[in-house]
Amino acid sequence: MNTNKVHLRVDQLARQVGEQFIVEPLSFEVLCGDVMAVVGPSGSGKTSLLRLLNRLDEPSQGTVCLEGEDYRSIPTRQLRQRIGLLMQAPNLFPGTVSDNVCFGPRQRGVELSDEEVCYLLEHVGLDGYVQRLVGQLSGGEAQRVSLARTLANSPEILLLDEPTSALDEDHKLEAEELIMQIVAERKLTCLVVTHDMTQARRMADRVLLLEKGEVAQLGTVEEVLDA
Amino acid sequence: MLERWLGDNLLLFGLAQALAAAGLSLLIVTVARYLNISLFRDSVTALLRGLVQVVAVGFVLLLILQSSLWVALPVLAFMAFFAATIAARRAKGIPDVFSVSLMGIALGAGAVILVMTWLGVIDNSLAAIIPVGSMLVANAMNTSSLFFNRLLSEVEAHVGQIEAGLSLGAASSTVVAPYIQAAVEASLIPRIDSIRSLGLVWIPGVMTGLILAGDDPVYAGIYQLAVMAMIFASAALTSIITSLLVRRRLFSPAEQLLVRAKDGV
Repeated sequence: MNTNKVHLRVDQLARQVGEQFIVEPLSFEVLCGDVMAVVGPSGSGKTSLLRLLNRLDEPSQGTVCLEGEDYRSIPTRQLRQRIGLLMQAPNLFPGTVSDNVCFGPRQRGVELSDEEVCYLLEHVGLDGYVQRLVGQLSGGEAQRVSLARTLANSPEILLLDEPTSALDEDHKLEAEELIMQIVAERKLTCLVVTHDMTQARRMADRVLLLEKGEVAQLGTVEEVLDA
Repeated sequence: MLERWLGDNLLLFGLAQALAAAGLSLLIVTVARYLNISLFRDSVTALLRGLVQVVAVGFVLLLILQSSLWVALPVLAFMAFFAATIAARRAKGIPDVFSVSLMGIALGAGAVILVMTWLGVIDNSLAAIIPVGSMLVANAMNTSSLFFNRLLSEVEAHVGQIEAGLSLGAASSTVVAPYIQAAVEASLIPRIDSIRSLGLVWIPGVMTGLILAGDDPVYAGIYQLAVMAMIFASAALTSIITSLLVRRRLFSPAEQLLVRAKDGV
């Protein structure tokens, strides 16, 4: 699926809070269209890495190059639109499903048409939910709205932080398939944080194993998970 | 009763009045302890500190009320400085909060004092400018404290939504706007309620003072409304200025939220 063109180059990226390194200096590359699973035990820096890539946190050292351009030179709001982040919790805004889906484009002055909103919701299996209030959604539905909201921004890269952790086993597989279908259709480069090794095996082309904020292993699924 | 025991010594009589009222306060906070409401230490410290402060201020006022009108400026600036120090304690997580607090209080209360003195609503004398000015500064401080307290609670409770908004490319001013608005509104509730209940629930100090001094009660009532309106104006201005200044300080230049929930979310 990938084109061997480097989409994201992480160069000595680190995050230090006080004396402690939450993310030790990391270097790796993600190719265009690649799906990379970021795995590791709790506290190994997986979520912190995604936050750094979306620039929700500032690196203490190092940087990230997006298609060869240092991400610090890209206006932050534009960068965050290009590198979409789906957080572990849906964190929906009060209002309707439609309000949430339209939020990102509206920040750039783009108003989605009703058809576009319906198409996005259909895409995540929420046909007919446009005017539903977010307070009336189940956990799984809220997470799907959150995914539609991220996709509405048309990101080039999708960062997924434990996207199915709140779902039961049946819904987990369903959501996983949905995400993979969208990633394939839109030819997205994707980093997915998961603690579930079987999910990493199902979803990813490559695996980045983090331990205590450091890269313990990086390679194909077989190289890392079957080692 | 106190007057009968203490005779005509005004200072002693005043101290006895203060002690009686403070004693009642301490009795109440002692009872509150049995309900696991821990106010005793803070109350004792505040009452003792308050006593020392008002006695000292009484002496200082005795001295400065004979001076030039310009003395009001450093006196009110001194009050605004301490008011800002106290209000800023409510928002230790916000970078540079003292200067925000100081600017809010000084500009909010200062502008109202200036305009009202120019119009003659506040008499152009130290005896009027300092006490009325101090009332405006004190109320601006309370408003500032309430604003910071509410803002921090709102931001800490909504870190997820704020960061979700940022991660979608929203401006920091957009994502924090609902919480700033809630904090401004909440900070002004006591001021609005005071005006609403004026004369019905309470007869405030200025009105009481004027009536005791022999002024016409109707004029005293109207002037009290003027004072309350000035207090509201300075509080609202303080809250608005503070809200405009603080929003930038909640975020880094790269639009990253700098305030985190206490539990580390």
